[in-house]
Amino acid sequence: MTINETIDQLIKEFNQFDDWMDKYNYLIEMGRSVPLIDETQKTDSNLIVGCQSRVWLSSEYRDGLIYFTADSDAVITKGIAYLLIRVFSGHTPTEIVEAETTFLDKIGLKEHLSPTRSNGLLSMVKQIKLYAFAYQVKEKNI
Amino acid sequence: MSEFPESKIQSVRNDFPILSRSIYGKPLVYFDNAATTQKPRTVIDAISNYYLKDNANVHRGVHYLSQQATGAFEDVRKKVATFINAGSSTEIVFTRGATEAINLVAWSYCESFLNAGDEIIVSVLEHHSNIVPWQAACERKGAHLKIIPLTTEGELNLEVYGQLLNEHTKMVAVSHISNTLGTINPIGEIVAMAHSKNIPVFVDGAQGLSHGPVDVQKLDCDFYAFSAHKMYGPMGIGGLFGKTSWLEKIQPYQLGGEMIEKVTFAKTTYTEIPYKFEAGTPNVADVMGLGAAIDYLNGLGWDFITSQENGLLKYATDRLREVEGITIIGTAAKKAAIISFLIEGIHFFDAGTIIDHMGIAVRTGSHCTQPLMDSLGISGTLRASMAFYNTRQEVDKLIDAIQRVKTLFA
Repeated sequence: MTINETIDQLIKEFNQFDDWMDKYNYLIEMGRSVPLIDETQKTDSNLIVGCQSRVWLSSEYRDGLIYFTADSDAVITKGIAYLLIRVFSGHTPTEIVEAETTFLDKIGLKEHLSPTRSNGLLSMVKQIKLYAFAYQVKEKNI
Repeated sequence: MSEFPESKIQSVRNDFPILSRSIYGKPLVYFDNAATTQKPRTVIDAISNYYLKDNANVHRGVHYLSQQATGAFEDVRKKVATFINAGSSTEIVFTRGATEAINLVAWSYCESFLNAGDEIIVSVLEHHSNIVPWQAACERKGAHLKIIPLTTEGELNLEVYGQLLNEHTKMVAVSHISNTLGTINPIGEIVAMAHSKNIPVFVDGAQGLSHGPVDVQKLDCDFYAFSAHKMYGPMGIGGLFGKTSWLEKIQPYQLGGEMIEKVTFAKTTYTEIPYKFEAGTPNVADVMGLGAAIDYLNGLGWDFITSQENGLLKYATDRLREVEGITIIGTAAKKAAIISFLIEGIHFFDAGTIIDHMGIAVRTGSHCTQPLMDSLGISGTLRASMAFYNTRQEVDKLIDAIQRVKTLFA
């Protein structure tokens, strides 16, 4: 699936719920499926800065594609990490760098987009894009 | 039950327009008063009326509007002085808030009086605003920061404090009330112990002025900082009380118009206190708002305010203690209506997000007290901070929300 196809799928999945509690329930369930970061990767250098909970995000570059794993000590944050990984993991650096992120608004998690210090979402997206950019530069230099 | 009738409580709530709004379709339960308080209509009107009818620059004009505005501005200064029983209104400097007041003294006092090898005492429960300016001053001057630790109940350990006071100590800076734990610190005693060794005391009163009467002469503190927005006034204004002898000795760090006596390119002299510390055009509109807030509080009376807050603190504490898995962080004997707590096995961010969706505003995180969190071995808490316009029914809603959170994350 392309990034955009995954985004459309996600929007469809969340929009079947009208009630906010059901959306959060679904997000929490997703959090339980997030590809978990290896314990050895739960280092300070993999910690995302800018979240009230602790979030670790790790990336691996294999055959031209980037794969992400994550974990968090807050369940909702884990769910958000899962969403992002579902969208971005397994794609090329260029695809990730160029991807748009406004879909999160369409899912109905708008309160997670405000620029307060607790907002891990923006920090995670920034980190994913940074990893992709770094791999993109590396690809060009080889 | 509150000792005041339902009609009185509702009448007070009606004074605050924002309390009748909904959040996500549910009635707002505003339990974040330690972050900022809501404003009564009279405060909002004072600010807009100023711009509608009375706006002019102060202290400089001969025309009617300017003289009116100046008179009104200085009247609020006198009102603040009376409110905290300062000896004179010249001991009240208007600032942007408590943080600016602390920065003013940390810079100005330390510039003249702090030397290499000296010490400044703060406590482990301080807000970052009452740590970082002193820490930076110590770094600039080669001085050291000393920390008063806590007891297990979240009270300042006065025995260790006494031992920290020595001939190198140049200032003690403590908060009146902890914004995270709710602890009311024994300022009178802290000041007496410091003064017995000729050490001045700076009190961060950001949480102090809303919860009970403050008498700076009785406390005998050398400085007291406050923020209007934490006492039902507007954001962007606050003040510093400083004893005349100190304000005359320390030099300003914000310079320019208004605070000068005479300016030439050869030399500039500064004017008298408090104006020496008020460079630039002041925030007159919000000073009007501050005046209206003081009038409102005086109108309500401390009996009503303290009775309501103490009643809510007790009710909320009792109800929280009934819920399995709740730990209250901060169990001092004397507390303001601020309760930090944790729910076992559930991250405070998760809990706060769900509670928010039920229309209840609590705060989560470190509450700008990271060193306190480190000392307690936690990364943050949920905090409910109540005001006289909150109700027991609202506390019940919070308890219901917590039960819902527990079910969701089980």
